Amino acid sequence: MTIMKSTTNVSRRQFLFSTAAAGGGLALGLYAPWLTHALAQTPLGADGSEVGAWVFIRPNDDVMIRIARSEMGQGTLTGLAQLVAEELECDWNKVKTEYPTPGENLARKRIWGDMSTGGSRGIRGSQEYVRKGGAVAREMLIQAAANAWQVPAAECKAASSIITHVPSGRTTTYGKIAGAAAGLEPPTEVKLKEPKDWKIIGKPLLRLDTADKITGKQVYAIDVKLPGMLNASIMDAPVFGAKVKSYDEARAKAMPGVRHVLKVGETAVAVVADSWWQANQALKELNIAWEEGPNNKVSSESIHAFLQDGLDAKDGTFVGNKTGDAHPAIAGAAKKLEAVYFAPFENHFTMEPMNATALVTGDRCEVWGATQNAEGGLAAAAEAAGLSPTQCEFHKLHLGGGFGRRGRQDYTTKAVLIAKQVPGVPIKLIWSREEDMRQCTYRPVGLCKLQAGLDEQGNLVGLHMRVSAPSILASAAPNRLDKDGRDSAAFQGLNPSGAEGRFGYAIPNLLIEHAIRNTHVPVGFWRGVNTNQNAIWLESFIDEIAHAAGKDPLEFRRKLLANSPKHLAVLNAVAERIAWGTAPPSGVHRGIAQFMGYGSYCAGAAEVAVNDGGKLKIQRLVIAIDSGYAVNPQQVAMQTEGSVAFGLGAMLYQECTVKDGRMAQENLDSYQMMLMEDFPKVEAIVMPSGDFWGGVGEPTISVAAPAVLNAVFAATGKRVRSLPLKNTKLT
Amino acid sequence: MAKLNVNGKTVDINAEGDMPLLWVLREQLGLTGTKYGCGIAQCGACSVHIDGEVQRSCSIPIRSLKSTDKIVTIEGLSADGDHPVQKAWLALDVPQCGYCQSGQIMAAAALLQITPKPTDAAIDAAMTNVCRCGTYQRIRAAVHHAAASNGKQG
Repeated sequence: MTIMKSTTNVSRRQFLFSTAAAGGGLALGLYAPWLTHALAQTPLGADGSEVGAWVFIRPNDDVMIRIARSEMGQGTLTGLAQLVAEELECDWNKVKTEYPTPGENLARKRIWGDMSTGGSRGIRGSQEYVRKGGAVAREMLIQAAANAWQVPAAECKAASSIITHVPSGRTTTYGKIAGAAAGLEPPTEVKLKEPKDWKIIGKPLLRLDTADKITGKQVYAIDVKLPGMLNASIMDAPVFGAKVKSYDEARAKAMPGVRHVLKVGETAVAVVADSWWQANQALKELNIAWEEGPNNKVSSESIHAFLQDGLDAKDGTFVGNKTGDAHPAIAGAAKKLEAVYFAPFENHFTMEPMNATALVTGDRCEVWGATQNAEGGLAAAAEAAGLSPTQCEFHKLHLGGGFGRRGRQDYTTKAVLIAKQVPGVPIKLIWSREEDMRQCTYRPVGLCKLQAGLDEQGNLVGLHMRVSAPSILASAAPNRLDKDGRDSAAFQGLNPSGAEGRFGYAIPNLLIEHAIRNTHVPVGFWRGVNTNQNAIWLESFIDEIAHAAGKDPLEFRRKLLANSPKHLAVLNAVAERIAWGTAPPSGVHRGIAQFMGYGSYCAGAAEVAVNDGGKLKIQRLVIAIDSGYAVNPQQVAMQTEGSVAFGLGAMLYQECTVKDGRMAQENLDSYQMMLMEDFPKVEAIVMPSGDFWGGVGEPTISVAAPAVLNAVFAATGKRVRSLPLKNTKLT
Repeated sequence: MAKLNVNGKTVDINAEGDMPLLWVLREQLGLTGTKYGCGIAQCGACSVHIDGEVQRSCSIPIRSLKSTDKIVTIEGLSADGDHPVQKAWLALDVPQCGYCQSGQIMAAAALLQITPKPTDAAIDAAMTNVCRCGTYQRIRAAVHHAAASNGKQG
C-alpha cells in the first residue's frame, strides 16, 4: 500500500450540522426527525470520524454505514450495510445506518453515486462500490493502527472491529483509531474478498430497521413535525391534462382552522390549515370547476378500442425479439392458435399516501419527504422553488411503501409550489387517499395478441406476440427511449439477451412486438413493471399451446428451455417441491410458470381449488428465485412472499377504470387489496447459483399470477384472459 | 375543549367535535405511530384500542368519545416495546416498509386478549388490516408465536 497523506477530512458531523444550520433547520432549534440515524441516536457533539465516504465510526465503536439508496420495505438498507460491513470487518452488532442527503452528495461531487432506487437495482447496481467503500475504510483503519505502532500494515489484521498486530499481539479498536484513520488519504486500489470468504454477505441476518417499526417510533415523511408548521390538502385536475377554471374560496376560508386557499400551478387548488383534516374538509367545499378539454370523453371502452387497433397496425410498432420468420411459419403450421389477453391500469396504493413537507425561506428551500430518488427530489424542489439545487436540500425519510410510485417527484413539486406562497412557514402537504388514487402514474393498460403454430408432432414452430399498450418510458422517462422511439422496457423478460430478462424458450420462428399506444393517462413504473403483464401473457399462452399440443405443461416448457439452464433450474425446483406429476389432493389443481426479470430467474407453481360456486381458493404457491448472489436469504424470502400479494392482488381484484377522462376508483371501497384471508401459503426457494448479481424486490411477482391462472385452467377448463379474474365467472 | 384518556393520561383536546380521533392523536398529541391510510375505516393503519377493543380511529369523531373511554395507541401498548406481540414481530422480522404494522400489532394484541390461542381461521377473520408489502404470512406466524409465548399482556 502507498503511504497515506495526512490530510484531514471535514468530519461528517461538522458537515451535517453546518448544512442543516445554513438551511435554517437547526438554527431554528427544530426537532430533527430527518436526521434519522447518526445525529438522532446520540446527542449532538458526540464525536466520531468519517473513514472513507461510506463509514463513520464513533469512539464507542458504533459504525454508521451510509445508505445512498432508499429503504421502502424491500430490505435494501440491511443488505447494503451487510455488503459494506463484510469488507470493513466490523462487528455487525455495532452497525447502524444513515442516509446522506442529496445536497451533501451534490456538494461532494456525487461521492455516494446514484441515489435512485428502482428496477430492483439497490444492491445489484451498487454492490461493487459499496463493498469497496468498506474495504477502503478497513485499509485506512489498519494503516492508522500500523502508523501508531510503527509497524508495517501488512503485519496487521482486522476482524470484528478489532485490529491486531499479529507478531506482537497488540490490539486496538476501530473506535479508538478512527480519528487517526480519518486523516489518511483513502487508498485508490483495494482488493475485494472472494465470495467463499464472506461471513456477513449471504447470512439470513435480521433487518436493522425493525425496532422502531413495532413501537410507532419510526418517523415517516407523513410524521414530520416542524415548529409553526401548517398542513395542506390538494386537489389536482381529476381529468388528466385539465386546468382549473374557477373555484369558490369564501366558504372554505370561513371554515375552522383554514389559513389559505391557494392555486397551485394551472392544474390544482390547495387549502392550508392548522390541521390536515381541517384543510381536507375545506377542500371539499371549493366547488372547483375545470377546463377539461376533449380528454373528458375518454373511457375504458374508448381506450380498449384504441389498443385494439394496435394489435394489427403497422405504424408505431417496435420489435423486441425476432428469430426466423414467424408469420409464414405460423400460417403454414399444422395447428394454429390465437388468443388476446387484457390487463387494466393499476395503482400502487402505497400505504403512506404521497406527501412532502417544504419550507421556502428567501433563497433557500428544504424538503422533508419520502422518495425513491433523493437527487430527483432535490432537483424537483429546486425547479419548483426557482432556485439552484445548491440552495436546496432534501431530507429523506423512511418510505411507507414505494413500489415505483415514489420515483416521481410530483408531490414534492406541489409541496414546494404551496410553500413558496407562504414563505417562512413549513407546509406539510398530504394527498388524501382519494387524491393519491386519482393522481397516480398507473401501471399501463394493455392488450396482447398471441399466435402460435404447431407441427404434426406438436412441436412449437412459430410464436408471434404483439403487445399494444402505452409506453412507460414515453410517459415517465422519455430520455430513456431508444432513438427511434422504441421503449426497451416494454420487452422485460422477452429480450434475446441481457440482464433485464432473457426470453428463455428456443423457438425457431419468433416475433415479439410492441405497438406503442399512449393515452392521456400518465403511466409509470409499478413494482415488477412490464414483467407482470409479459409473464401473464406469455406463460398463460405457453400453457395454452402445451394443452393444444397434448403435452404436459412442465415437460413442454422443459423441452423449450433445454438451452437455458438457469431458467430450467428454477422451473425444476418448483416442480420438484410441488411434486408435479404426482396426483394432487382431491379437488386441488396445479399450474406452473417461469420468467426472468431484473437479472434474476424465477419460477412458480400453484395449487388451487375452485368450489361449485366458482369461488377460487389459492392454497399454496411455491416460488423459486436465482438471484446469483443472495446477500440476505431471509430478506430474499420475505420479498418473494410479499411480492405474491402484489401480483395476485392485481390479478384477482384490482383495476383502475377510466370514466369521463378520470379514474373511477378513489379508495379501498372500489379498489380491493389482498388481505390475510386470501393470502396463500407461500414457500420461497432461494437458490443463488453464484457469479452474478440479480435483483430481488420485483422479479418474483411475475410468476405468481400466471402459475395461479394456469392452475385455474386445470381446475375449471376456463382460460382467464381478461384481468382481473373477478370479472370472469369460474362456474 | 374535550377531555380524552389516552395511554393512561387525561388530556385536553381543542378541536371540532367532528374531527376524527386519528388527527387528534397525530397532530395534537404527537402520537404519530397511528397512521392515516384510507380515511374510510378500510385499511386499518389507524387502529387503536378503545376500552380494549380494536377500533379504526380515522372514522371516530371525537364527540363520540367520553373522557372515561380508555384509548390506547401503539405508543401506549407497552412501556418498552415488550408486549408479546411486539416481541414476536421483532423475533420473526415481520415488518417491511412498516407503515401498516402499528395497526397490525394493535389488531393482533386485541385478538389475543379475546382469543389467547387463535386458529389460522380466527386470525384471518380478525386481522383485516391491509399490508401492501404482503407480510401476511409472517404476521400470521408472529400471532401464533405471541400466543405461544404469552397470549395475554403480562
